[in-house]
Amino acid sequence: MNKMVKKVLLLGSGALKIGEAGEFDYSGTQALKALREEGVETVLINPNIATVQTSEGVADKIYFLPITPFFVESVIKKEKPEGILLSFGGQTALNCGVELFEKGILEKYNVEVLGTPVTAIIDTEDRDIFIEKLNQINVKSARSIATGNIEEAVKAAETLGFPVIVRAAYSLGGMGSGFASDEDELRKLVQIAFSYSSQVLVEESLKGYKEVEYEVVRDRYDNCITVCNMENFDPLGIHTGESIVLAPSQTLTNKEYHKLRELSIKIIRHIGIIGECNVQYALDPDSEDYRVIEVNARLSRSSALASKATGYPLAFIAAKLGLGYGLHELKNEITKTTSAFFEPALDYVVCKIPRWDLNKFSGVTKQIGSSMKSVGEVMAIGTTFEEAIQKGLRMIGQGAHGFVGNRDIEIENIESELANPTEMRIFVIEKAFEKGLSIDRIYDLTKINRWFLYKLKGIYDLSSKLGIYDSLEDVSAGLILESKKKGFSDFQLGRLILKSSTDDMDDANIQVRNHRKSLGIVPAVRQIDTLAAEYPAVTNYLYLTYAGTKHDIDFENDGRSVVVLGSGAYRIGSSVEFDWCGVNAIITLNKSGYRSVMINYNPETVSTDYDVADRLYFDELSFERVMDIIDLENPGGTILSTGGQIPNNLAMRLHKEGVKVLGTQPHSIDRAENRHKFSMMLDDLKIDQPVWQELTDFDEILRFADDVGFPVLIRPSYVLSGAAMNVVSNKDELEHFLKLAVKVSKKYPVVVTEFIEQAKEIEIDAVADKGEIVAYAMCEHIEFAGVHSGDATMVFPPQKIYFETVRRIKKAARQIAGELNISGPFNIQFLAKDNDIKVIECNLRASRSFPFVSKVLKSNFIELATKVMLNTPYEKPSKSIFEIDYIGVKASQFSFSRLSKADPVLGVDMSSTGEVGCIGDDYYDAVLKAMLSVGYRIPKGNIMISGGPIRDKLELLNSSRLLVDIGLALFATKGTFEFLNANGIPSTLLHWPDENKTPNVIDYIRNKQFDLVINIPKNLTQGELANDYTIRRSAIDYNIPLITNARLASAFIYAFTRIAPEDISIKSWDEY
Amino acid sequence: MRDKKIIKLVLENGMVFSGFSFGYDKPVAGEVVFNTAMTGYPESLTDPSYFGQILVATYPLVGNYGVPGEDADGDIRKYYESDKIAVKGFIISDYSAEYSHWNAKYSLGDWLKMQKIPGIYGIDTRALTQVLRESGTMLGKIVFDDRDVEWYDPNKDNLVAAVSPKKKQVYGNGKHRILLIDCGVKNNIIRCFLDRDTTVIRVPYDYDIQKEEYDGLFISNGPGDPEVCLPTIKSLEKALADEKPVFGICLGSQLMALASGAGTYKLKYGHRSHNQPVRRVGEDRCYITSQNHGFAVDDNSLNDEWEPLFINVNDGTCEGIRHKSKPFFSTQFHPEASGGPTDTEFLFDDFINLIEKS
Repeated sequence: MNKMVKKVLLLGSGALKIGEAGEFDYSGTQALKALREEGVETVLINPNIATVQTSEGVADKIYFLPITPFFVESVIKKEKPEGILLSFGGQTALNCGVELFEKGILEKYNVEVLGTPVTAIIDTEDRDIFIEKLNQINVKSARSIATGNIEEAVKAAETLGFPVIVRAAYSLGGMGSGFASDEDELRKLVQIAFSYSSQVLVEESLKGYKEVEYEVVRDRYDNCITVCNMENFDPLGIHTGESIVLAPSQTLTNKEYHKLRELSIKIIRHIGIIGECNVQYALDPDSEDYRVIEVNARLSRSSALASKATGYPLAFIAAKLGLGYGLHELKNEITKTTSAFFEPALDYVVCKIPRWDLNKFSGVTKQIGSSMKSVGEVMAIGTTFEEAIQKGLRMIGQGAHGFVGNRDIEIENIESELANPTEMRIFVIEKAFEKGLSIDRIYDLTKINRWFLYKLKGIYDLSSKLGIYDSLEDVSAGLILESKKKGFSDFQLGRLILKSSTDDMDDANIQVRNHRKSLGIVPAVRQIDTLAAEYPAVTNYLYLTYAGTKHDIDFENDGRSVVVLGSGAYRIGSSVEFDWCGVNAIITLNKSGYRSVMINYNPETVSTDYDVADRLYFDELSFERVMDIIDLENPGGTILSTGGQIPNNLAMRLHKEGVKVLGTQPHSIDRAENRHKFSMMLDDLKIDQPVWQELTDFDEILRFADDVGFPVLIRPSYVLSGAAMNVVSNKDELEHFLKLAVKVSKKYPVVVTEFIEQAKEIEIDAVADKGEIVAYAMCEHIEFAGVHSGDATMVFPPQKIYFETVRRIKKAARQIAGELNISGPFNIQFLAKDNDIKVIECNLRASRSFPFVSKVLKSNFIELATKVMLNTPYEKPSKSIFEIDYIGVKASQFSFSRLSKADPVLGVDMSSTGEVGCIGDDYYDAVLKAMLSVGYRIPKGNIMISGGPIRDKLELLNSSRLLVDIGLALFATKGTFEFLNANGIPSTLLHWPDENKTPNVIDYIRNKQFDLVINIPKNLTQGELANDYTIRRSAIDYNIPLITNARLASAFIYAFTRIAPEDISIKSWDEY
Repeated sequence: MRDKKIIKLVLENGMVFSGFSFGYDKPVAGEVVFNTAMTGYPESLTDPSYFGQILVATYPLVGNYGVPGEDADGDIRKYYESDKIAVKGFIISDYSAEYSHWNAKYSLGDWLKMQKIPGIYGIDTRALTQVLRESGTMLGKIVFDDRDVEWYDPNKDNLVAAVSPKKKQVYGNGKHRILLIDCGVKNNIIRCFLDRDTTVIRVPYDYDIQKEEYDGLFISNGPGDPEVCLPTIKSLEKALADEKPVFGICLGSQLMALASGAGTYKLKYGHRSHNQPVRRVGEDRCYITSQNHGFAVDDNSLNDEWEPLFINVNDGTCEGIRHKSKPFFSTQFHPEASGGPTDTEFLFDDFINLIEKS
């Protein structure tokens, strides 16, 4: 071991974004644990305040600062670490580390890079060097030509022959990449790719090859292992982040498996990795020919998946190797008796399925391909492929019940959808079976290996067989067991056999459940033990399967265990913050002397780490599976309030089955969740709310809108295309939206709500005990209401609200807490205008902002809430929000650049993929840190403003003046130009994109002549929409920072014009 | 799925596991062992070391890529480790009747039927493995409802005699003459030698090796208890008195130990997997190895002239030995892999180097 290193700096990955999500909270947290165990002092830089790694007790010092060379250098200067770890914070940390190395900063401060040397990282990141490295050891790579401009790229494509793949070097998860089948397509792609990188690669297309990955580990003694291999269900051409992935590989012979394994080790040795890396291959489906596609010299999304799939803690081990250990000197963390130098043997199959949220975006292309669009993923474990994939398809939480038994899926042109896959691809295959397409035909269109198609066909055939019956009693026990082994849920059996409609599915579910239990058909609990039962395991990393005949563990039945339901797949609106909540509930349970039981299935989380809960069930959060587990565990109680909306939705059904829910009771949850019941309750309490109605036809809606006045907020229950919610300002817009985007009928009613303009949005996060509030935190949004609370920038404690408003909010929150007899966490959102407050939402569970307020206030609301729910003594926090003399700002991270063609505009539906929370000495210090943390840069040159409606132009007036004062040049479209001119602010007029006149705004964007684009959407008329959309979308495509909200733009401008970068405070969390 | 015939695995301890047939319809008896490899069922099933054994695969999905045909390179089957299936029976969890691979010729079930080997799927192979782990390897039989069979303990027989060839055969025409004592050799061992400029003279286990001119002596893997393989031990005693390089794999390693005067013993449930970690004694170098053995060398019984070469990182058992002064070494694991990891194939080079030096 490297005894020299006593203090180590670890770089996190910042806000969650598409291509870089929760997996790096898992890897950073494990690395920090490993360092702690060795007595090494740890310093962490990560502005992502919702993560587990930025919690007390994980790192010694935590800086909520941007992961950029400037800030990292500042922290190095202050903390003087001896070592730095670059491979646990994704591409963000890696890129930052390479920059620090190249600028000589690491050398200057004498900071040693632990693990893989930076030179080796550069070898894998620079395509030319990488290929050269592979050539040196006779390893084949995809033929690829690095180009520096568009003409070179065209020439390269001609050399290789179309189709070709285009990729930008040094980019996250395939940003700026795609397939081009002719010169036209190529030119378009390459132009965008060059906006991300000065080097663009043109490569031979290997479409239809199998895609296979290996996770490889090497120590300083040159000992190597491959921890896991994985095979993509989708052929090459679909980004691995967009693919269904199986572990271990399913269609590779021993020779293929070990040929690629041997190559992986050869590569890792030649490059000189110390720690973990991932090698991706393309494998010819008709021979043993292969190409190396990529090597990631760091922990990755795949390594997180491999860790969870095998039980091998890759990040933990990689960190130890960085300190100088050999693999053989470390223990297998699962068995505690055998060595960490081994390769896990699985006796189950793992299936990863991505989760997309494309419906949240208007205009986005739904095709999946070589760049990543998914926002999360699930991992399902089964003993058959069928069990794993059907579990997985339910876990993604988008209404599917498995591969079969789904309704409401309508596919217009099956063959074309098969050939041009969207996020619906797997369900299209089911439709293709229904239509009678042969396996060969489907293979020709999709190039998905026939083995997978045979298996899916088996599921389909079994569903047809079940469909023949009408009553459960007529189906043989053998057939029911076979169906369960093939992953059919009670719901699917209910639907297929009982032919129940959606309305009475709850009953059908129970009926199937009782019937199969009476036949003794129940799942068995198995341990993931890394060695396929060769050695006993001591950790309780568990899953359920119908292939088992006995449980691997014993159940105590002593009422001392508590089940915590996790939050499932990360999605827009629910991500790492609920993992933090779940983990903190678990920690509190452990400390309070209870046995903690976690149920969750998201491989990107800390809550699913093998050593967090006493028992981890890596399984579904469905009613069926949760009941299966509760039947076995017979727990003292179940916590629903720390896992977001999924557990909340189960409340009433679990309650009906007699499950003991801890904290706020299901009836109260139902009163808050049910819009009608909640509204009646508010009326009774005389708490105001915006006027709303549930309506079923257009005329009713129009009448209502006329009554309350436009604009109104429309919330449809069935969405055809585009965003689910919208604000419409007049009759035309209303008509447009209702006709094109949503279905309105008795079956699919629409909720229409009065929309209050220029209102502030204020949230309260609180914990109550038997209806009494024991702790609360109030946050204020920078943006006015109309921007989803998940996208809004939050300030805590609030800076600009009246005392009277605060008093009224507290009173209303107290009334609601009392009326619903809340015990545990809850969140209420209010609109405030002129001291009038209206309730817009109430959740009787932890909210997205719980980690943010807990950490800023340094008072753990989840710990408190868990104690309340357990009825154990707690200390009421003494600190009030008015006593803290610093400020926290939470800002949102958007991933529009990944979502081709999506309109990057903020609205009433959430579109951000992540967030950061920064603490500052004052408001502007905190705003500036937060904005820089989500990728904004301080402008040094030109700024483009198109100010939108007049009140937004007014909002921007003072900040525009500040910009001019510090010498920046303003550019504006016509209306804004005239407005600025009239107010004595100089700017340059640029023409709208559709005016075809120069100077044109679009040329300036394409030539990257702006440092910041501020574009405030005006209204929904077609012409404006098209022009504004073009500006916004181009800014994103050309990687220019974009702000679309005037109040946020102002806050940012005030911040950076008042505070110079060198004056930003560099303080760790504990210094506040 | 078409013919769901229920068949049973009955263990010596009375436990019964019931599943469905996917192979040949015939009751069999043997010793039940488990293997935790995730790939390589054609290789495992044709490995002569499994002779007399009923094999349990802990990896549940089997048959996915079918089984390749009988293609041969010269006299050696290209995709098999011997000419026929060596196991008595095959026990798995989930059988894939439909398969997909460019080099597949048969489904696994059809192949088993062709070779008259029974197969069971639908077994809780994890529970079965736990029984074998806790109670140790035991006898078992596969029975059909109406047909039973006597128990059979393969360890009482000279299994090597059953799998060893009856006469000598020569392969290749390379520089170095390797005399290979075939106790049940895997084809890939011969392939590994032939890749290294050798002539391989493959002889029966009881062959009088004094009759042959050779540069290096190799003793192969094979089934059963090494102590019953007396003729080979006798031959080795003579070879070890000599100076010519000797290399033994698996059973070959145990036989070398016995010939040197050391002892062997039966492991509780053996090592049968692709993920066994071994460490080179006295060094920090470790390798992942492919293994298939039920007996091991007792390294405490080694005399002063011998020392352990490799040890198992998990349980500390002997994974190979070497002579302190003469060019003799052995491995308990399988450097030729097939199936399994190829990390230690360099040992064949080491052997050739020893030949070149001597």
